[in-house]
Amino acid sequence: MDLTLKIWRQENAKARGKFETYKVKGIPEDASFLEMLDILNESIVDRVQLPIAFDHDCREGICGMCSLYINGRPHGPDEGITVCQMHMRNFKDGSTIVIEPWRARPFPVIKDLMVDRTALDTIIQAGGYVSVRTGGVPDANSIPIKKESADLAMDAASCIGCGACVATCKNASAMLFVSAKVSQMGLLPQGKIEASRRVQKMVSKMDELGFGNCTNTYACEAECPKEIKVTNIARMNRHFLGAKLGAQKMSG
Amino acid sequence: MAKLLHYSSLTKKFIMAIAGLFLATFLIVHLVINLFILPLTGNHVEIFEIAVHFMTSNPLIKVFEIVLFGGFIIHILYGLIVQIQNWLARPVRYKKEGYSHTSFFSKYMIHTGIIILIFLVIHFINFYFVKLGLTEAPEGPMAVAGDHDFYHMAVNLFSNTWYSVLYIVIIIILGFHLNHAFQSAFQSLGLNHSKYTPFIKAVGTIYSIVIPLGFITIPVYFLIS
Repeated sequence: MDLTLKIWRQENAKARGKFETYKVKGIPEDASFLEMLDILNESIVDRVQLPIAFDHDCREGICGMCSLYINGRPHGPDEGITVCQMHMRNFKDGSTIVIEPWRARPFPVIKDLMVDRTALDTIIQAGGYVSVRTGGVPDANSIPIKKESADLAMDAASCIGCGACVATCKNASAMLFVSAKVSQMGLLPQGKIEASRRVQKMVSKMDELGFGNCTNTYACEAECPKEIKVTNIARMNRHFLGAKLGAQKMSG
Repeated sequence: MAKLLHYSSLTKKFIMAIAGLFLATFLIVHLVINLFILPLTGNHVEIFEIAVHFMTSNPLIKVFEIVLFGGFIIHILYGLIVQIQNWLARPVRYKKEGYSHTSFFSKYMIHTGIIILIFLVIHFINFYFVKLGLTEAPEGPMAVAGDHDFYHMAVNLFSNTWYSVLYIVIIIILGFHLNHAFQSAFQSLGLNHSKYTPFIKAVGTIYSIVIPLGFITIPVYFLIS
């Protein structure tokens, strides 16, 4: 496959970036998108130039490191997978592909296509944990958990924190991420105890970091590589409202 | 004002949703009264005038009027605040964006909202200012003591082809706004349920078609006749 790539190049966080156009030839259809970038980078290195920096780690679709905004969609045109799992057969031979970093105020560009997603970790640090040791895996049925709750918690827990929801949201809102984390713990008995405190702290941190407000466009659900549902957002809204109205005033 | 900004993003959306749903309920009442401008019954003008008289003089309605204004102001103010915050959340835009699958109308809520706001101002100047005595009411044959002849004011406006066409366009845009708004309000309130959400979505779609259609029949009637 021969392709024209328009890629965002930015030397460092402070530098002004711009798009550079690259032509690549003879890319196999079975190459993954990241392998295609590897091939391009090798040719750039051969010309004694700086290769394109992009985030990646496991290349198995489970680590949440890869973060490319391809032709107007995070993780590219395929549904329910990360960009490392997306193959070049999704593109037509001879086509032009625009590759950009995630764009959001809380996600500053570090270099080229790499962005700093520490903001998501900061939200977790604000309350996305259970404060006490809950031990190892308990014996089956020692703590009764409804099958539905266990399933919903497991679905929410499949969020890999890649930030595609923020990247695709026209408001750069982190609601899908935060609601998945709130749900994953709030649905299970060990996490329920701190649920009301957790949801308030995480939402407050999310706002403080400058993420946008949710306007229910549901683009996040459409683009999430782990297919996290917006019903998590409704659950978080519900829990937050309950916590604000029902819980005692928070101290500390 | 500072307090309004201080509320969390979720609280803002709760308040917007409740205000929006209240406004949507009011729209039904408004439509029912408006429909009597049309010759549905022999004495439709009298019914219309009775309804208008009730709406302008009943003490309970006067209380609701304040709530209604509050609803408008809160919904509009928060709509603008939320939108400005959302624009600020992405200072550098994408070169190629917006290819994700989303509901179409949800992307243009601020635009449809602002158009509705502009119409609301015109609407107030045309009608509400008369009631307040800020503008002179056109003398109609039925302007009895204390009451304004809203029927003939409406008929006069709709007799203007350009006004009628503009009215139809604005009401269609209102329909677009309502189409996303209805189910979105329930989502913001956290009311999502596998059994009831499909029903809410269906009601929202029907509502956003039927209500605007109802409003549109009036200028269409005047355009035809």
